[in-house]
Amino acid sequence: MSAGTLEDEAITIIREVTAECERPVLLFSGGKDSAVLLHLAVKAFRPGRLPFPVLHVDTGHNFPEVYEYRNGLVDHYGVRLLVARVEDSIEQGRVVDDAGPRPSRNRLQSVTLLDAIAEHGFDAAFGGGRRDEDKARAKERILSLRDRDGRWNPRQQRPEPWNVLNARIRTGEHLRAFPLSNWTELDVWRYAAAEGLELPSIYYAHRRVVIARDGMLLAVGGPVVPEPGEVPIEATVRYRTVGDMSCTGAVRSNAATVADVLDEVAVARITERGATRADDGFSEAAMEDRKREGYF
Amino acid sequence: MTLLPIPTIEDRASGRHGAAPLRVATAGSVDDGKSTLIGRLLHDAKGVFEDQLAAVATASRRYGDGELNLALLTDGLRAEREQGITIDVAYRYFATPRRSFVIADTPGHAQYTRNMVTGASVSDVAIVLVDARHGVGPQTARHVAVAVLLGVGTIVVAVNKMDLVDWAEDRFDEIVTDVQALVDGAPGVRSVPILAVPVSALLGDNVVEPSTHTTWYEGPTLLAVLETIDGRDGDHVGGHLAVQWVIRPHRAEYHDYRGYAGTLAGGALAVGDAVDVLPSGGRSHITSIERAGEPVDRANAGQAVTVNLADDLDIGRGAVIVVAAAAAHRRAVTREVDADVCWMIDQPLYAGQRLTAKHLTTTTNVTIETILHRLDPETMVTAPATELVLNDLGRVRLRFADPVVAEPDDGGTDAGRLVLIDPATNQTAAAAMIRTIS
Repeated sequence: MSAGTLEDEAITIIREVTAECERPVLLFSGGKDSAVLLHLAVKAFRPGRLPFPVLHVDTGHNFPEVYEYRNGLVDHYGVRLLVARVEDSIEQGRVVDDAGPRPSRNRLQSVTLLDAIAEHGFDAAFGGGRRDEDKARAKERILSLRDRDGRWNPRQQRPEPWNVLNARIRTGEHLRAFPLSNWTELDVWRYAAAEGLELPSIYYAHRRVVIARDGMLLAVGGPVVPEPGEVPIEATVRYRTVGDMSCTGAVRSNAATVADVLDEVAVARITERGATRADDGFSEAAMEDRKREGYF
Repeated sequence: MTLLPIPTIEDRASGRHGAAPLRVATAGSVDDGKSTLIGRLLHDAKGVFEDQLAAVATASRRYGDGELNLALLTDGLRAEREQGITIDVAYRYFATPRRSFVIADTPGHAQYTRNMVTGASVSDVAIVLVDARHGVGPQTARHVAVAVLLGVGTIVVAVNKMDLVDWAEDRFDEIVTDVQALVDGAPGVRSVPILAVPVSALLGDNVVEPSTHTTWYEGPTLLAVLETIDGRDGDHVGGHLAVQWVIRPHRAEYHDYRGYAGTLAGGALAVGDAVDVLPSGGRSHITSIERAGEPVDRANAGQAVTVNLADDLDIGRGAVIVVAAAAAHRRAVTREVDADVCWMIDQPLYAGQRLTAKHLTTTTNVTIETILHRLDPETMVTAPATELVLNDLGRVRLRFADPVVAEPDDGGTDAGRLVLIDPATNQTAAAAMIRTIS
């Protein structure tokens, strides 16, 4: 068995999939995992350029700080950014916007993502997914086949002996590759600290107006409108995950620096998704169900 | 719900950036309690978060009698929960103050053996679980055979449900002897060390906490065994780098730059080392090494690096850069090998069949020349065969369309291993371990 680190493993996977596939792309959400993934991908091909573009699926409900961060990072690394907008999918009639009292575009993203993959002819998409995030993700291979409809079939996964990656697909199918499969939340933060990676400011403690809903603190603004009985309060919070504003909760925290966050994460007793994602609470197998529809 | 004690920072933070985590896979027959054992290990070693435990408690009420069902910590798919079985590997991560772990909980059903192969192939340790009441059954034997053939470093026999056999020492000894006989009987592979622990996954005896029932057992708990066991050894002379990608920056300041990117297997490479390039046969020496973009003097096994050579050779993806002193040692450029295979698709393997082989960074056509034998995992006896079917183990002679840089597989480097792909469906059809090179 190799005695390499998680960084070595991730770079090995990124290089292998890039070599085996014709048109890879890196999915970038603006969150810490995709930031680490992009950093690793740039390192994997240094001093050459990153041999594939970066795709951001923009729900239109992302945090303003995340757009700012994304644009800065793209300039910093000199990578090519593609943006696929859920709002465009809505205009084109591909999806119908959630008109409910608590609108979320989280699920709609899957259609926008699959359309972008088809439009550009991507045959492999790197994602920052980690197996410690969720029980369905814990089951997924490093290289995960999607059928012509973009679906994951958890009962028909290809064996992956010794992590030898079989990247062969038929026309219309594509692969998702997860170089951070074996990383935990703590590993990501330790790596960000060791590498001096800049992350979106909302990962650190700040004052924000929030409401308490479904056991989480949601930022007021954009898709989140206080309902009768919900009292906006100002609190010192940070985000453990960065996703759609409609379903990503903040946690109370005074962790203002990477070192503070590391201390906090090391003793956390709730998983990051459990603490911050309303979308995973809908049903027991919410992540599995979304992945079957083509989700990240 | 009971609150777990808060782990210290050291509990979760230790290990992961220093020593590589120990990779552990479960093995054993269905219903022998693999997922429950892993659940117990995670729970008692404080490797479970509160929300995960709360979700398991909710699911336990839905799918069971309300008793906390620790198997649900790893049986994460809807179908697994509905059927109460494990279908595919689940990976879990946890750390104690002494070590960090990646645990692959694998399925016990024969039909999902290929998923067990996935989990066991990357593991330092296989925990072979045996139900003390039933002893070593056919599926236990199959998993032991797979683990041994795949070159797992150590086998830990966990004799489970000891509470249901009155904690009987002679029953424990009998089962350990049976597993030992299987391991010793595997033909043509190096012997694998065995350790054994009597446990009750359900009650927690000897998993993390010592049992008060097994007074005759003076050994460590399962967790203590895992904390102190040696990982796989890397006792290789020299190293090799299978080229994944050639970095050509196409910028003025890197006009002559050609970086050969790949991950070092076995041994080490250092600046100044003379190297052979296989299979083409060129020779040069290393002028610089970069790891993750930073220059280093030396690279060790497992590290993803980029090397630059003094001479402008014809090197592309698939080429293997080998320390010259090591080139003649074990590796050979060959078109023909004998290999043990685990066959993992519904269509049978037969002599004359053409498949696609992925070996190191080379993909080439391969023909099954002959089936040398089929292995009966229950008896470890080999017999002639005309085909291998789903989940069969056997030895075949492979003939590659292009030469490959091979070595016998002893659990060391990746040059002894390959996967076979069905070109019609792109399915991964077999894991293959090279035994002899023609």
